[in-house]
Amino acid sequence: MADLSVTFAGIRSPNPFWLASGPPTNTAYQAHRAFEAGWGGIVWKTIGDPTPNVASRYSALRLGNKRMVGFNNIELISDRSPETNFRELKEIKHRWPDRALIASLMTDTREHWHDLIRRGEDAGVDGFELNFGCPHGMCERGMGSAVGQNPDVAEKITSWVMEVASKPVIVKLTPNITDITQAARAAKRGGANAISLINTIRSITQVNLDNFVPEPYVDGASTHGGYCGPAVKPIALNMVQNCAQDSEFGLPISGIGGISNWRDAAEFLALGATTIQVCTAVMHHGFRIVEDMIDGLSAYLDSKSMESPRELVGRAVPSLRKWEDLNLNFKRVARIDHDTCIGCNLCHIACEDGAHQCIDLLDPETTGIGYGPGRMLGKAAPVVREEDCVGCNLCSLVCPVDGCVSMVEIPSKEAPMSWSQYQSRLSKGDIAPIPAHP
Amino acid sequence: MEEIHAPLSDQAALAESQRCLYCYDAPCIHACPTGIDVPTFIKKIATGEVASAAKTILTANILGASCARVCPTEVLCEGACVLGHDHEPIPIGLLQRHATDFVTAHGISVLKRPTEKSGFRVAIIGGGPAGLGCAAELAQLGHHAVIFEKESNAGGLNTRGVAYYKMKPRVSLDEVRLVESLGVEIQTGVNVGEDLTGEELLSEYDAVFVAIGLGSESHLGIASEYGPGVRSALDFIRDIHEMPLEEVEIGKSVLVIGGGNTAIDAVSQAKRLGAPSATLAYRRKEVDMSAYTFEVALARAAECRMVFEAKPVEVVRDVEGNLAGVKFIHSSSGKEWIEPCDQLLLAIGQPKQDSLLKKLFPALEIDARGCVTTDPLTGRTSLPKIFSGGDCANGGKEVVNAVGEGKKAAMEIHRMLTGKPATPTKQSSRQGITRPPSGAGLWNPIRPPNH
Ligand SMILES: Cc1cc2nc3c(=O)[nH]c(=O)nc-3n(C[C@H](O)[C@H](O)[C@H](O)COP(=O)(O)OP(=O)(O)OC[C@H]3O[C@@H](n4cnc5c(N)ncnc54)[C@H](O)[C@@H]3O)c2cc1C
Ligand SMILES: Cc1cc2nc3c(=O)[nH]c(=O)nc-3n(C[C@H](O)[C@H](O)[C@H](O)COP(=O)(O)O)c2cc1C
Ligand code: SF4
Repeated sequence: MADLSVTFAGIRSPNPFWLASGPPTNTAYQAHRAFEAGWGGIVWKTIGDPTPNVASRYSALRLGNKRMVGFNNIELISDRSPETNFRELKEIKHRWPDRALIASLMTDTREHWHDLIRRGEDAGVDGFELNFGCPHGMCERGMGSAVGQNPDVAEKITSWVMEVASKPVIVKLTPNITDITQAARAAKRGGANAISLINTIRSITQVNLDNFVPEPYVDGASTHGGYCGPAVKPIALNMVQNCAQDSEFGLPISGIGGISNWRDAAEFLALGATTIQVCTAVMHHGFRIVEDMIDGLSAYLDSKSMESPRELVGRAVPSLRKWEDLNLNFKRVARIDHDTCIGCNLCHIACEDGAHQCIDLLDPETTGIGYGPGRMLGKAAPVVREEDCVGCNLCSLVCPVDGCVSMVEIPSKEAPMSWSQYQSRLSKGDIAPIPAHP
Repeated sequence: MEEIHAPLSDQAALAESQRCLYCYDAPCIHACPTGIDVPTFIKKIATGEVASAAKTILTANILGASCARVCPTEVLCEGACVLGHDHEPIPIGLLQRHATDFVTAHGISVLKRPTEKSGFRVAIIGGGPAGLGCAAELAQLGHHAVIFEKESNAGGLNTRGVAYYKMKPRVSLDEVRLVESLGVEIQTGVNVGEDLTGEELLSEYDAVFVAIGLGSESHLGIASEYGPGVRSALDFIRDIHEMPLEEVEIGKSVLVIGGGNTAIDAVSQAKRLGAPSATLAYRRKEVDMSAYTFEVALARAAECRMVFEAKPVEVVRDVEGNLAGVKFIHSSSGKEWIEPCDQLLLAIGQPKQDSLLKKLFPALEIDARGCVTTDPLTGRTSLPKIFSGGDCANGGKEVVNAVGEGKKAAMEIHRMLTGKPATPTKQSSRQGITRPPSGAGLWNPIRPPNH
């Protein structure tokens, strides 16, 4: 059995699963429940000058039967006083000494930052997370993403914090920026020990088509909310990987954004995160989801003969290359397994109208394909014209039957050649140009 | 008597519609004898366009609301659903009912009455599903259609024959009103052959569509058959539709003879209406029954008894002539026994209408079965101005076949009268499919393997 414990920038945690700063980490009551459920760490709801909130606060993207595919909020940092928050942090640390307890902080002046850090250390927290990411409400007051979007300001504030902090400091990055590595490097220059990302993305999830006010609705108006939940995972993975691959960076990363189960978590680890944090999935289903994360990750590590999540961290990072370094001579084509094909023809229409017109609908009798599950007399069967298939994957993505359309590698007679190599050979006159697609 | 299927709630309809894969050139369209564009109407339910979903259904099948209840979907659209083989098929019938009930309940008219009239007049004999299907299509193509119906209301077996627990007559009568709203004239109480002759119709109208269905008499041809206690199952079912349920005469021990869907419906309804015992006797083995497996299962669930290989020899009566039972001989063992009963319902097949047909149109070609000889793609008969469809031509299929045949005949009548082909209902989820024939389902419905 793999040992799931990790050490993140010096902070020890029995597993890599932390709760991200947000509504689930608002009170001692919730923290008890979360640790009881098995979470390895908690990043407390951001502490600062308590601010009032509006009603309503959330809205969500729904796709068919799936609710909360994406989630958006216009909530601010903790609406409880720093006194209350620090008192409860102390109580929780006392009760759960083996878990990671992180105070998330947001304030403005150097003095205020120093004050919060000192009070956090008195409370006995294991580390700090600086919230430079909140995309609404706080940035208008020069905090949150207003800081995260300006590397110089972020660096300066980080360095103020480092003047007094003795515990590890994590800077939480906003994704509302063009090049995330600039923000990561600024945190490093300011002296931070680690980063966490992503915070929420500025968004509008839906418009009410009767009153023309987007959601969430606040007295006839709305505002741009922060987007999170499963839909943001691809964006978060990309940003985590960018930081992990940046040779100038090199600090530990806590991955956040759309994580709902052990698979999501494992992907973040493989792309360079040491711990991961979850907010929306817990708001949707409760703390209990960590049980599946623990069991799943542990079984997965065992199946790969890995003894610790550390062995997984960063495993997929090097396989991301620049486009111009990919092999142009690699060939893959779609192949349909007619024993499992149910005859929905979704691959045909996708390729026909949306790709390269190379899946034909043929007579199952004369082609000898015959009938599979759900395909019957008088109904055509989809067949790939392999010589015309460009191997784009579309059909395999739309096919509702797992494993029915597989993308098969076709051994190439040509040696591997990237775009960069192609360009240099072309300029030397070593090869003829690759003809344009007809 | 409760309907066996409760309607879907809005929430359930949404959830089920969202499960639909939106197949391209979907098999469910091919399996529907009216070629309803099923994926398109289901997608509309999923996006909240329920009235528009009903429009997709009703433009293909004017009796979409009753079909949603009475179609044996297990061997039609749902039997063809690609999700069925290792999972649950989409409940297409229930979704169709959801959409069509929505427009009925809200009084929304989704079909347009054409503004331009062709001036052509078509007579339709019989106001059942075939006649209504033909009339509705003709009206939408701009022609004046007149239905002659011998009963006091139209709808045919949809109003008087289909099992009460599947559909209340109200649904069928609502559909009759829908057809009338398209401009179709319905003259009830007109028995063609008695009140009007075929010749008169031929001379007054530009075309005639014959849709008289099948007969209702049923006879075993055995001793003591005629007398109290014995009647045709169809007459019994008709009473259920036309009388207050508590007034329908039900025996204490009901025996139904037959192995088809009418027999099954009769025994099920007798039991559901309170007969202490209801038994079905069939002369061959269970596997030979023409009734659908799921209908047989429904009857069993209602605690009906079934005896097989039971060949009736004579009807047994007491000295006063009252029904006492039926004497059977077991086909494989030769053993004889008496099955006691105080009510005997005969469901051994509806008689063909050959004598009525000969009386109406002496020159009309009738096949060996006693049905009108027709071209199934056009409803054309041996006579140029006469078309036919539904049970009297196909020998007895389902409501949906009758509607489809009526519709195909209407399109052919249109072509004959105007010289222009009628455009088939657009099936947008098959957009781009050029394979002939020009529409799936309606022209060549495929039959999924029986479940
Ligand atoms: C008991 C029973 C249960 C059934 N259950 C189902 C079911 O669950 N699902 C299903 O899909 N199908 C079912 N069917 C079959 C279905 O009812 C028929 O296939 C369908 O009704 C055929 O339509 P039609 O228009 O051809 O004939 P009919 O429905 O029989 O209509 C013919 C009409 O013509 C009228 N008519 C006859 N002669 C004349 C005349 N001389 N002048 C004027 N009018 C005349 C009749 O009064 C009648 O209204 C069932 C049939 C029976 C008998
Ligand atoms: C309602 C809500 C409130 C949040 N409040 C905070 C906060 O106070 N401080 C913070 O750093 N992040 C906050 N976040 C951002 C989350 O910590 C997290 O970065 C983001 O939601 C992405 O993770 P997820 O997809 O698992 O939710 C909040 C998110 C939500 C949904
Ligand atoms: S991989 Fe792309 S191009 Fe090839 S058959 Fe599938 S959809 Fe068409």
